[in-house]
Amino acid sequence: MAQLKAENLTLGFEGQVVTGNLNFEVNRGDYLCIVGENGSGKSTLMKTILKLRNPVMSGSITTGDGLTATEIGYLPQQTEVQKDFPASVREVVISGCLGRKGWRPFYTKADHARADRNMARLGISHLAKESYRYLSGGQQQRVLLARALCATESMLLLDEPVAGLDPAATAEMYDIIGRLNKEEGITIIMVSHDITQALGQASHILHLAKEPLFFGTKDAYLKSSIGQAFATIMIAGAGGDDDE
Amino acid sequence: MMNNMFTLLAEYLSYPFVQYALITGVLIALCSSLLGVTLVLKRYSFMGDGLSHVAFGAMAVAAVLNIVSEMVVVLPVTILCAILLLKTGQNAKIKGDAALAMVSVGAMAFGYLLLNLYSPSSNVSGDVCSSLFGSTSILTLSGSDVGVCIVMSLVVLAVVVLFYNKIFALTFDETFAKATGVNTGFYNLIVAAVTAVIIVLAMNLVGALLTSALIIFPALSAMRVFRSFKSVILCSAVISVVCATLGIFISILASTPVGATIVIVDLVCFCGFAAAGSAMGR
Repeated sequence: MAQLKAENLTLGFEGQVVTGNLNFEVNRGDYLCIVGENGSGKSTLMKTILKLRNPVMSGSITTGDGLTATEIGYLPQQTEVQKDFPASVREVVISGCLGRKGWRPFYTKADHARADRNMARLGISHLAKESYRYLSGGQQQRVLLARALCATESMLLLDEPVAGLDPAATAEMYDIIGRLNKEEGITIIMVSHDITQALGQASHILHLAKEPLFFGTKDAYLKSSIGQAFATIMIAGAGGDDDE
Repeated sequence: MMNNMFTLLAEYLSYPFVQYALITGVLIALCSSLLGVTLVLKRYSFMGDGLSHVAFGAMAVAAVLNIVSEMVVVLPVTILCAILLLKTGQNAKIKGDAALAMVSVGAMAFGYLLLNLYSPSSNVSGDVCSSLFGSTSILTLSGSDVGVCIVMSLVVLAVVVLFYNKIFALTFDETFAKATGVNTGFYNLIVAAVTAVIIVLAMNLVGALLTSALIIFPALSAMRVFRSFKSVILCSAVISVVCATLGIFISILASTPVGATIVIVDLVCFCGFAAAGSAMGR
């Protein structure tokens, strides 16, 4: 059974279709990369998956295989607020445990242990007491990834995880994501402009536009005409940076 | 001279009205600083300003209607406005800051107009001045006023302690919190309501115009120096309490207006922390 399945899904606001007729499924251990130009509905789809908004006009999107929508670990793009936010790395990471706590107000020993484990997993244990705002971009992303891992053990949804990172930090980030996928079997859904890297690691590609242009495995995508054309354009233009 | 000052202070401190002023002052300063950090970080620094103008408008309505316990009118109206403003912040036709400015100025004008047209007292400008700047009303508190203030402060403190982790998550990254199943709508509501309560309380101390100073200055000072959320909150609480106490003492000794004095002390404190912060290279 698929962890996430979209059937004839059409998304839009106030009668305006953003993207329509989507059919895809994500199974445990998949690495799905969602690509498409600005305004093609990537972030709308993502917010729908996370149940942040409900722009479903027709069709359905369902979770399964023991996964609920709130168990999807989310790596959002950095916000303006976070840039000068006084918070220690530990405070940020452990806040990933909050979702499953419901009404209980305080963190338990188990929550602290979970935070410790995930900081160790991403090699940021030594930064635990540092202030988030003084870290480098790559370190900040690792902190947010550790927080997402506190929220889930099964699926991560990453929104432009390498936006604004330098080449070394970018490579490192992809390395970490690839490792989490291959070695720990965590399902990855990634929204990205960076088609070269996406093609390097992903197992599946979803190419969005007004009409869904492509969904399938990476190999099939590379053989398709749309995949070849898009890859050429994106590699030549090196992508944009923001969505919608 | 120094000795003289202390005897004078000790003498004043034996009066119940000075003790009342000190108790309420400290409690209000403590509460306002706790939520101040969140409001500043969420870019709602003007919330205090806007809401206190709303409270001023509501106060004017209460005065005109001859309602003795103003709180009955002021508190619900302010809470309602706080919720509406924080709710429409994200996706409304009129954006957050514009809506805030509109409500703030509108309520102010409405209140002043009402007082001018229908005021039951003969000294309109005196009334307006005291609700805007706090004047000496803090020195004329009754035992029951202090009781109300203590109860409300305890409620605010309890909410902040119980929801501390949620408030952190909400402030740092509301989208992530929502995506992972935190009921952000509800906690936003709580933050809005508590903010409104604090502002209504703070108006007694420093008046409508200076209320936001009480909310933002301690938070800004603490953020210059400290690195973690917890230490910033604790430090701003300490700063706020110390500044309020100092301000009240100074205003008693030098017969200066209480509200303005506290704000000036807070401002001086901010300058000190800013200097310390840059000396530490942060």
